[in-house]
Amino acid sequence: MAEAFKFELVSPEKLLVSEQVESVVIPGAEGEMTVMAQHAPVMTTIKPGVVTIKTAGGKEERFVVFGGFADILPSGCTLLAESATHVNDIDRADLARRIQEAKEDAADAKDDESRSKAEQFLSQLTTLEGALLPA
Amino acid sequence: MASLKDLRNRIASVKATQKITKAMQMVAAAKLRRAQEAAEAARPYSERMGAVLANITQAIGGGGDAPALMTGTGRDDVHLLIVCTAERGLCGGFNSQIARLARDHIRRLLADGKQVKIICVGKKGYDILRRDYASMILERVDLREVKTLGFANADAIARKVIHLFNDGGFDICTLFYSQFKSVISQIPTAQQIIPAGAGSTAPEATNGGNAVYEYEPEPGEILSDLIPRNIAVQIFRALLENAAGEMGAKMSAMDNATRNAGDMINKLSITYNRQRQAQITKELIEIISGAEAL
Repeated sequence: MAEAFKFELVSPEKLLVSEQVESVVIPGAEGEMTVMAQHAPVMTTIKPGVVTIKTAGGKEERFVVFGGFADILPSGCTLLAESATHVNDIDRADLARRIQEAKEDAADAKDDESRSKAEQFLSQLTTLEGALLPA
Repeated sequence: MASLKDLRNRIASVKATQKITKAMQMVAAAKLRRAQEAAEAARPYSERMGAVLANITQAIGGGGDAPALMTGTGRDDVHLLIVCTAERGLCGGFNSQIARLARDHIRRLLADGKQVKIICVGKKGYDILRRDYASMILERVDLREVKTLGFANADAIARKVIHLFNDGGFDICTLFYSQFKSVISQIPTAQQIIPAGAGSTAPEATNGGNAVYEYEPEPGEILSDLIPRNIAVQIFRALLENAAGEMGAKMSAMDNATRNAGDMINKLSITYNRQRQAQITKELIEIISGAEAL
């Protein structure tokens, strides 16, 4: 059994998770990464996606996060999410609204840089939607 | 002299008022607990945010690539004030205290020849500031319909502010709100959020100084993502503290009102009883003197 470490998932409204876990999969801005105990210190932004937590008890939990960043230290990992929901509580309408907003952002973008950023965000959202809600 | 009937009516109406203030006090107490819980739940996020920010700033070491939101524009000609107050009155001096602090600040800035712009969050502050500084108010954010304050509300305000900053609309942004110390004490506070005030919000770095962080993507890029978010977090915290403070102030104001109503009822009852007794005595005297005359 792998060594456990402390993982915290925090959204501005509340502390969602704070417990000992074996591993966490984080949707990092430059690719997914699995964090285990004694990980080298890394700070990364995250993109919209699913965080999978494997608790010390062997249970698996999944949360949907929309952007934020993670602070990883050998002793623990803190994920500051802009908004986070348990996979079971995800609201289709809310997701659809976010996608709609992202589409508008992409359409309104003034220069190429912000447009490509908005489009990237949009594609991340649609990928997420596809992964979560099989049609 | 008021007649007995008048007195009875007055007592009845004061009693009705007392019931209302009592009910409002209890509602405020229940809401206060919820607001306090919300404020407490939000604390870990802003604390961690502060720590992460401190770490990154340390890593960058004040390099030239820090975003303008953090370093400022280098001028201080145009000031933006975000004045957060409550949506409703009947909470003692809560709103006027915040407004007074803001007004003093504005007066000082104007005396120094600066330009002032105001964004009002909440109806009451707007009503007060509108009297003197209507032309400076850019916008009024209405949270009346909002049942539970979400991060989205704060984020929307922050986005407007950042947009304005990027368009060169102002140089320095100060946030006015009421710090929630306890139920009976709320301290009106001014906090500079753009450029991020040195030392005001940055706690000590937590990595013990020797851990070398890896950054994904570059620290500068993370920072430019982080700073706007930090502004939203600051505003969110201010709104939550305000909400808790408002309820605390309302609770003590309504408690006072209930007590005053009780005093008034006592006074009126004494007058009422005395007058009734006087009338009875007078009638008795009339009957007895009538009987004696026979």
